[in-house]
Amino acid sequence: MGTVPSALKHCLSYQHLLKEQLWIGEPAAPPPAAPHPGQESQACGLPEYIKIVEVGPRDGLQNEKVIVPTDIKIELINRLSKTGLPAIEVTSFVSSRWVPQMADHKEVMRGIERHPGVQYPVLTPNLQGFHSAIAAGATEVSVFGAASESFSKMNINCSIEESIEKFEEVAKSAKNMNIPVRGYVSCALGCPYEGNIIPAKVAEVSKRLYSMGCYEISLGDTIGVGTPGSMKRMLEAVMKEIPLSALAVHCHDTYGQALANILTAIQMGVAVVDSSVAGLGGCPYAKGATGNVATEDVIYMLNGLGINTGVNLHTVMEAGNFICTALNKKTNSKVAQASFSTGTIN
Amino acid sequence: ALPKRVKVVEVGPRDGLQNEKSVVPTAVKISLINMLSETGLQVIEATSFVSPKWVPQMADHTEVMQGINKFPGVSYPVLTPNLKGFQAAVAAGAKEVSIFGAASELFTKKNINCSIEESLERFDEVMMAARAASIPVRGYVSCVLGCPYEGKISAAKVAEVSKKMYSMGCYEISLGDTIGVGTPGSMKDMLTAVMKEVPVGALAVHCHDTYGQALANILVALQMGVSVVDASVAGLGGCPYAQGASGNVATEDLVYMLHGLGIHTGVDLQKLMDTGTFICNALNRQTNSKVSQASCRL
Repeated sequence: MGTVPSALKHCLSYQHLLKEQLWIGEPAAPPPAAPHPGQESQACGLPEYIKIVEVGPRDGLQNEKVIVPTDIKIELINRLSKTGLPAIEVTSFVSSRWVPQMADHKEVMRGIERHPGVQYPVLTPNLQGFHSAIAAGATEVSVFGAASESFSKMNINCSIEESIEKFEEVAKSAKNMNIPVRGYVSCALGCPYEGNIIPAKVAEVSKRLYSMGCYEISLGDTIGVGTPGSMKRMLEAVMKEIPLSALAVHCHDTYGQALANILTAIQMGVAVVDSSVAGLGGCPYAKGATGNVATEDVIYMLNGLGINTGVNLHTVMEAGNFICTALNKKTNSKVAQASFSTGTIN
Repeated sequence: ALPKRVKVVEVGPRDGLQNEKSVVPTAVKISLINMLSETGLQVIEATSFVSPKWVPQMADHTEVMQGINKFPGVSYPVLTPNLKGFQAAVAAGAKEVSIFGAASELFTKKNINCSIEESLERFDEVMMAARAASIPVRGYVSCVLGCPYEGKISAAKVAEVSKKMYSMGCYEISLGDTIGVGTPGSMKDMLTAVMKEVPVGALAVHCHDTYGQALANILVALQMGVSVVDASVAGLGGCPYAQGASGNVATEDLVYMLHGLGIHTGVDLQKLMDTGTFICNALNRQTNSKVSQASCRL
């Protein structure tokens, strides 16, 4: 806006601002306990606490160009386990023929440290994958449905109905073994093949997954086309069928709308948000475009709103820095970009 | 309820280009502004009448002002930091000007080497001359959600400076999150304070996306009744306070969100994206607009 003085990167007040007010924190600092403007978040009708589900190691790495060695995956997950994140999606028990990036699912599952209080869900597309996951030590699984027939056909080569039948088998076995199941609904705000998706369809598929026993339904804006308008309409429809406490949003930032969409969701009471460290995971439907929203940017926003997440932003940024270095790529997190350049984090 | 219409103020040719590394030739600036004029944007900040000693990127202000096609119904405000700049601007054909205040004493000192009070006194001269010439003046307040030198900025201070500038005769006050540190929480608190002193119809927000918060912050502002939003085509203009980080929010991404909300802007998104592509090619850089990135099928 005005003239540009030089030595600003090292401005102490600026770093001070970020570290104090915005909870970036010192490396050894505990995660923020009661938020400072706690009353304000209540007054606005926002949740006091939001559970962040970290999908970087699975959704993120699966959609990166470079295949990551097993030990790097394990190191990433171990680092994430120390940030305060309550749930970290670890890997996917799909055939390595389809998803070579997740071929080492057993080794990863067995190799990671399991921190108390942290969940390590894994994807299981069918009964076979489920059994394999359990054998490898999984204690929570996820199934992936879609609100679009075309997407279902192109992605897993069957109709929505057929996919639901497969998931029901998984859900039954899981129930017998006391294994919680999380359900995902892809294309909740738009489909790369069908275009517009009607909210009623999202509600219908969500209801099927919830009825079969999924404890939580994560609504995914798979191609990131959603805006606060479509997010609101979709949630209104879904909230008629599923209790709010069982809902999560999984927003992609392909069109830069993710944080605005997440804000809309939390204003409506949604209290579970999926995100990916460093915004790992491009969009397979728009070459060169981004995909997952960055965990760091989500936490920054939630911290600023006085919402508790239990997560230490600084350590997440360090984990992000680690994996970006390993992948030889730039972070997709704007908070990380800005913080590294101001010297707030080194 | 959200506003039905939002006025998008395009700051790319001035705020954007001023904060880009490469200096853009006059002809390219003129083409950029002409292309923007065709998109339906109602306000395009064209240039800055500051001394080229301080802002070399805007040294060609007179040529740009005189060279652009002035589309009917489109406003082309220019920055005028003092009376001298104002007079040069009017002589070059400007019909609207902007003045830049700040909610931070330290920022004002570092930026223009005086106190907030002194800066407003300087602007008084501009206001008087503008009134005499019937030229509308837009006021900017920088650092509304944080300052690179002072850190935290009180909402009351922002309200105080905004009130002063509004009382001086600015028709609109654009509240700038200069370093992009704001979040929906701080945006709400700041606007609540400012709206006690300045009518919401005279308020605009100028959000930077340095921490990825811009669209969320803008959404909150809209929810509180603000209906004027500044943005920069292709997200031109990095952040001078965080090297390599982004600055202005991209107009394309803003318009995408507004249209998705059913809010009327009058802007043709495709033409806007084409303009973004043009200037990025000229600057030999990638766009900062995610909408543009996603729509590019190369």
